[in-house]
Parts: sequence; structure tokens; C-alpha cells
Amino acid sequence: MELIIARWLHIFAGIVWIGLLYYFNFVQAVALPKDKADNTAAGITKHIAPQALLWFRWAALATWLIGAYYLERGHIGIGNAFMLKGTAAAIGIGAWLGTIMLFNVWVLIWPNQKKVLGIVQADDATKAKAARIAFLASRTNTMLSIPMLFFMVTGSAGHGLPHM
Amino acid sequence: MKTPLDSIAGTIISGLILTVILYFFVVNFLVKTTV
Repeated sequence: MELIIARWLHIFAGIVWIGLLYYFNFVQAVALPKDKADNTAAGITKHIAPQALLWFRWAALATWLIGAYYLERGHIGIGNAFMLKGTAAAIGIGAWLGTIMLFNVWVLIWPNQKKVLGIVQADDATKAKAARIAFLASRTNTMLSIPMLFFMVTGSAGHGLPHM
Repeated sequence: MKTPLDSIAGTIISGLILTVILYFFVVNFLVKTTV
């Protein structure tokens, strides 16, 4: 029962995290330039984006921690997963991708978004650079989420990969 | 400098290509050699 609850919470937190990642990339990043053009961007940058980033970064951490707990307490073993050993290789690839994505969230996206949104002071040149770094890190995570989901699904379903 | 990640389509296509590469890496170099 403990593992079922851990897996349930891991997936719940993962949906919050990746759902918001897709919101940022598929909705907000596309809409914001249009909002800036007609001076309606403040609603997004002052209220929506900070709230979305709050849930985004903490859901990312919760997803990783619960996933690590599940791997260790289950029969896979966190060491086997990260060492890509045997049948743990598939879920291990997913775990590595998730770890890189967590790094991007806390080290690249969040610190740079704080500058972009004015949560910390920065001049215009610094803001422009920060916006580009945060954008590319966010897009990198969107790209990595595709194989991450594949290996999470196939790794946990049969603890092995289907052979073509 | 523009990259494939500047567009949503480029991002998704890059993700799909990476999935295929990683799939063959796991099947050919990890799972087969250790099971």
C-alpha cells in the first residue's frame, strides 16, 4: 500500500509539474508577446506567472523526492536505476532525465525568472539575458519530458522495454 | 542565434528524435548486455 500511495503521489506531483511546464511553453510563451503588444502583459507577469512558478518548482521537487523514495523502497533500487543496471535501465533513463529537468528548474529557470519578473532587481540587459536562459531551459525541459515520459511508462509497466 | 527549441514544433520533434536515440541506446547497449 505504501508503494501504491508513493506512486500515486509521484504521478500527481508530476502532472502538476509537467502540466505547468506545458502551460508555460504552449500557452504563456506564445501569448506573452501578443499581450506585450497591446499592454495587457502585466496581469500575467505580476500575478499568474509567479503563482504558476510557485507550484511549478515545488511540484518538481516533490516529484523527484517521491520518485526517489519509490525507487528505493520498491524492488528497483535507486542505485540500480541511476547506474542503469539491467532491467532498471529504462526507468533509470527516466530518472536521469527527471533529475536534469529538476536541475534546470531550480538552477536555471527559477533564478532567471526572478530577474525577468522583477522579483529581484536587474537592469534591462540582465533581464534580456535571463529571459533567454530561462526560455531555453524551459524548452529543454519540454524536449526532455518526451523521452522522460516514454521511459517512465515503459520502465514501470514491465520493467523492461518492448523489442521492435 | 535561433535553435530548434525556439519553436514548439522543433522542440517536440527534438524530443521524439531523442526518444528514439535513447530507446536504441538502452535496448542495444544496456539491457542486452546485462540481462
